[in-house]
Order: sequence, then C-alpha cells, then structure tokens
Amino acid sequence: MRKEIAIKCLKAAFIGLILLLLYAPILLLAVYSFLSTDIIGTGGSFSFVHYEKLFADPVILEMIGNTLLLAFLAALLSTVLGTLGALGMFYCKKRTKALIHGASQIPVINAEIVTALALAITFVSVGIGKSYFTMLIGHMVICTPFVVLSVMPKLKQMDGSLYEAALDLGASPFKALWKVVLPQIIPGVISGFMLAITLSLDDYIVTVYTRPNGFETISTYVFNATMRGNAHTAETLSSFWALTTIIFLVIVLFVVCSNLAGRKKKEGSK
Amino acid sequence: MKLRFSRKTLCIPYAVFLVFFVIVPMLVILVYAFTDRNMGFSFGNFVKFFSDPTKLSTIVYSIVIALITTAVCLLIAYPVAYILARSKMKQKHVVLMLFVVPMWINFVLRVNAIREIFNWIGLLGEANYFNTVFGMVYDFLPFMILPLYTTLMKIDGSLYEAAADLGGSAFNGFMRVTLPLSLPGVMSGVTMVFLPSMTNYVVSDMLGNSMVTIVGKFIYEYFGSDWHMGSMVALILLIVVFISTWLTGGFQSEENVRGANL
Repeated sequence: MRKEIAIKCLKAAFIGLILLLLYAPILLLAVYSFLSTDIIGTGGSFSFVHYEKLFADPVILEMIGNTLLLAFLAALLSTVLGTLGALGMFYCKKRTKALIHGASQIPVINAEIVTALALAITFVSVGIGKSYFTMLIGHMVICTPFVVLSVMPKLKQMDGSLYEAALDLGASPFKALWKVVLPQIIPGVISGFMLAITLSLDDYIVTVYTRPNGFETISTYVFNATMRGNAHTAETLSSFWALTTIIFLVIVLFVVCSNLAGRKKKEGSK
Repeated sequence: MKLRFSRKTLCIPYAVFLVFFVIVPMLVILVYAFTDRNMGFSFGNFVKFFSDPTKLSTIVYSIVIALITTAVCLLIAYPVAYILARSKMKQKHVVLMLFVVPMWINFVLRVNAIREIFNWIGLLGEANYFNTVFGMVYDFLPFMILPLYTTLMKIDGSLYEAAADLGGSAFNGFMRVTLPLSLPGVMSGVTMVFLPSMTNYVVSDMLGNSMVTIVGKFIYEYFGSDWHMGSMVALILLIVVFISTWLTGGFQSEENVRGANL
C-alpha cells in the first residue's frame, strides 16, 4: 500500500516537474513584464512601463494588427475551402478521394521550409511576384489540409441517411447540405477554424518566403529584433515580455471559458 | 437539360487549389533541382552539394541534433503520455491541456522567452548546441506527447488485466503489450519532431547564437543566392519525408497531432 502511494507521488512529481519546466520561461517573463527593469535577473519596482511602451509603439501595434488580420483571413478562407473540399471528397469515388487526400497531405507531412521555398520560387518564376495575396495563399496551403483533417472524422460519424431523407422530403441539395449535413459536422469545422488560426498566428517560415516587402507579423518582427538588434533593442525586447504575457493570458482565459462552457453543456444534456 | 447538382463537385475548388499551390510548386522545385543557371538539364547541383565537405559535415551535425532532440522528446513524452493515459484521474484531459497550452503562444515569442532565460543565466553564446537542443525539445515536446497519448488511450484496458492474469509482471506486461501497441504513436511522434528539428532554423538561430547551422538554414541561404541548389536541398528533404512516411505507413490520428480535438 505504502509502495503504491509512493509510486503515485513519483508520477505526479514527474508530470509536475515537466510542466514546471514548460511554464517557467513564460511565467518568468510574465513576472518581469510588471517590473520596471529591462534586464531579467535584476530587481525593479512594480510598474506597467513595458505595457505602456508596447501600446505606444505604432510599429509594434501595426505588426500585431497585421498578424491578427492575416490569421483571421487565412483561417476563414481555409475553413470554407477545406470544408467544401472535405464534403466533396467524402462523396467522391474511392480513387478520386485517395488522390485528393494524398495531395492534401503533402503540406502536412512536408517540412515547412520546402513548402515555403516551392511557393516562393513558383510565384516569382511565373511573374506574380510577392504580395499580400501570395502570403495569404501560403498560409492557406498550410492551414487548409488541417481543416480537412478535422472535418473528415465528423463526416464519417454522420448519419448519411438524413441527407437522403431531406431530399425525399423535398429539400434542394443545397438546402439539405446547409440544414442537415452542416449542423452535424460543425464541431469539426469550428475546431478546423481554430487550428487554422493557431497555425497562421504561429507561422514564421512561410510568411518570410511569401510576404510583400516591408510586411511584418509578430513572428518576423520578434525574430528580426532579437537577431539583428537595433538602437533601442533592450526596450523593444522588454515590450515583448508584455506581449507574451498578454497572449498567454488571452489563451488561458479562452481555455478556461471553453472548458466551463463545455462542462455546462454536458450538465445540460444530462 | 437541367444540370443536376452533385455533391462531388464541392471538392473542385480545393482540388484546383491543390494543383496550383501544392502540386505545381513541387514540380517547379523538381525542375530547378535538375537544371543549371541556363535552365539546361544537369546533375551538377546534386554533385556539387555532395562533394562539399563542409556541407556534408553540417548535414551530419544537423542529423545528430535532430536525433538527440527526438530521443530526449521521446524519453520525456512517453512517461508523461503513459502516466496520463493510465491514470484514473477524472480531469486528466485538463492536465493534457496544460501540456498543449504553451504551444498556442506564438512560436517565436516562446523561443524568445527561452533566449531571455539563457541570457540571464549566461548560457547564451556559451553552449550553442545545448541551447539549440533544449529549445527544440521545449518547442516540439507536445508534438510527441499528443500522438503517444492518443495511441495509449486506444489500448484496450482488459489487455493489461489479461497480461497480469496470465502471470506477466508489470514490466513484462509493458514490454510485451503496451510498447508494441504504442509503436504507431511513437512513429508518428518521431516524424513530427525529427523533421522540424532538422529544418526549423528559427530555434537554432535564436538560441545557437547563429553558430549552429541546420539543413533548413541551407535552403534559406540558397534562396538568396542560388535557387537551383536550394531546390536540390528541398528535393532531398522531400524524398526523405516521403520515404519515412512510406516506411511508417502514413500518419495515424493526424487530426489530433496539433491538439485540435481536445
């Protein structure tokens, strides 16, 4: 009995240790984001100075706006394209389906840099050059396959006879898809959309290869600032502490809310 | 005649999109890889790449870094996934969630957080290879935990009981029941970690003080100078990916790999 408790404690300690290592850098930045120092490891008094700097820098605000808008557009377009694609594939013949699915898997398994290089060389070779459009396409290439992957399982679980029933009852095919099929796959569509948002927000490599001149996202801006440095590097870097903390808090808030909502739903259905 | 709507036609936009932005770019890479600057057919890029000793030694370094990263990830992720999957705790998906949440913070900001810490404790610029591997493990760990957890959860619990009933020790049960059944998860986790460890130069640049070069960095450098060589490196990576996917029999549970369905 005592041995069992000891093993249990050991397991919990292991999980706790790994979680601590995962969160330590973020939490440390979060603490320092509220202190009036630019150097981690030194003391300082409580202050919002890093947050003030973050919100006073028009360049940083612009790149945050860029990142959010790009992620939203890419996720929206990917979700529409991917959901339609998954629906169509689901009803295609086995061979056609396998063919499209195979092509769709290429960006998933491929190294991101290969996808990025291939797109960039293609765009420049055919004379399109690089623009907001090409960057959006680049993001869609990495996001859409994941939308397809999250919609597909829902289609497989779906009761196919409902669609036929709707047609028999006089609904047009579009109406049947919209009113009968879509509500059954909507959880997959939503998780595909969320996944696309996180993929696009996170992206560095595809953005760098396909973006128009002078366009910065959080990823490219932070990378350049840490690597090249500029006249007020220390200040810029410490405003990133504030940015990291804000993003972290938003994510935590979102996770807690969606968990609570999920629990309420479960209790409601009991 | 009225054109009848078929549900199959819904996939046409996506199919066209895939042809233009996935298939064609791969063919473009193929063409560039086997041509010289005058667009004449040539194996020159291939020969040039493999006859450069500094390039070859960098590739070996890059593979070693990726192997160590993958091994460390596996050593940490397997026990985590195993403990969570076997735990009778009600809220275990919340704990799993805790492992995924850091992944939703912007990737570069996350690497920057580690960089700040290394800078503070004086490791930045001192232990470039250690820093790089640490950063990669930190960033890619969830990619290993999720597929492992999914496969371990799928194992029928009665198999453990059967193994115990038949007189197998706990260790024996693990070696002969759990481990073989979890191999698909190990495979997909390994591929999910190994490939970015070889190609994602953001981590190696930011934490390795630009002193650590990995294969992905070649492509970046060639992109500025020589597309033909860059395409050759990309093509080699592409072939490696296809062979490893073919060997591991494709990816299972891809939809959960990035924590989509938690």
